[in-house]
Amino acid sequence: MAQVMLRAPLSELCGGRSHDVAGTTVQEVLVALEQAHPPIAGWVLDERRRIREHVNVFVNGTQGQEGTPVASGDLVQVLPAITGG
Amino acid sequence: MTELLVGTKKGLFRLEGDTASGFEITARAFAGQSVEYAMRDPRTGRYLASVTSWFYGARIWVTDDPTGEWEQAEGTTLPETDGDGDALKRLWVIVPGEAEGVLYTGGDPGPLFESRDGGLTWALNDGLWNHPTRPEWEPGNGGLCLHTIAPWPGDPSKLLVAISAVGVWLTDDGGETWRHSNTGIVPRYLPEEARADAVINHCVHDVRRAPSRPERLFMQFHDGVYRSDDAGATWIDIGTDTGLPSDFGFPIVVDPADPDSAYVIPLIGAEDRTTPGGSVQVWETRDAGASWAPRGDGLPSHDAYLTVLREAFDNAGEGAGMELYFGATSGEVFGSGDAGASWAQVADHLPPVYSVRTA
Repeated sequence: MAQVMLRAPLSELCGGRSHDVAGTTVQEVLVALEQAHPPIAGWVLDERRRIREHVNVFVNGTQGQEGTPVASGDLVQVLPAITGG
Repeated sequence: MTELLVGTKKGLFRLEGDTASGFEITARAFAGQSVEYAMRDPRTGRYLASVTSWFYGARIWVTDDPTGEWEQAEGTTLPETDGDGDALKRLWVIVPGEAEGVLYTGGDPGPLFESRDGGLTWALNDGLWNHPTRPEWEPGNGGLCLHTIAPWPGDPSKLLVAISAVGVWLTDDGGETWRHSNTGIVPRYLPEEARADAVINHCVHDVRRAPSRPERLFMQFHDGVYRSDDAGATWIDIGTDTGLPSDFGFPIVVDPADPDSAYVIPLIGAEDRTTPGGSVQVWETRDAGASWAPRGDGLPSHDAYLTVLREAFDNAGEGAGMELYFGATSGEVFGSGDAGASWAQVADHLPPVYSVRTA
């Protein structure tokens, strides 16, 4: 299991900041998170299962992509990008 | 008292009041998020808002109390595939249908969704989404947006939608099949030689149906104003040599009591998109577009270079006492309680206004 850390509003949709989720890639982990917490579906991954343009996902402190490997015990942090207007 | 729902770049604002004594903000929701559109379903009293988070995407939210919690609606997603293809970018408009509980919403990249439970769950209209011409659809400056949805009063099988920069689509079978209908519209932004062959390259900005004569429609086009008297089958130019200072603009509004009426807010053409000469004027026709006259008493008359977007103009009531309201990307909202004869500013210092709807 990886530990997924979320911030508001994602943490509110999932009922907490920390979640233990199975998966071997970032995409698998995020899909599993959606399945466990349906209100978050579409918020981090779009319909094409791509990480949204203005969301960043870090694995153990390094920015990852959909295919980035995830191992048991890894820390997966989902953060809004420092963009906007 | 009138209730206005103002969608802005930084949230939804509910204003309550009247044009004589003024309006005040009585609710704000979705702080920091773009509210493309918000409306109140007159059949149920329920509020619906299309909200785009810069970070987390576009979705519909519903509530019975805009000062309280909003519930996330489900189903406004495109078919799930890995990799290729667009994801939903924005939802532009929400419109009650004619059948009980039915609502429609449309967005970018051109989907139409239908709800049969008052807006809690939505399903994609497959007939339009899978139309064989879809690979040829091109976006306008605002994206590939389905922004106009015009039901036919009393007949849920008939619907008109419009997509920029594709054009008008009609269905007579409740959305099972669709046909494009842009005959008569001249896309002057295309080379003259290409216009005859252009059948789905039409940058429609807004269409409103005359409720008392539903086969009549008025259209604000990218560079033109048009009328249809045959339910959208053909379109007649009412923007050339009819008195308008510009035939470019975004929204169009009709008086429900008068099928010969329409209101537009001309902007200097596509390269500028601001009010002509720094003067804000709403233009009215009462003869189905044969002539237009300015209705600007009380609106800024100099040094005012405003942009009014396609969903940011609406009416309430009808006839001589019809209320009109519009908002600008510079944060002002203006209102009239006498069908445009006089105007007053009803809000200022809002974030850029994307939509205004009377509730």
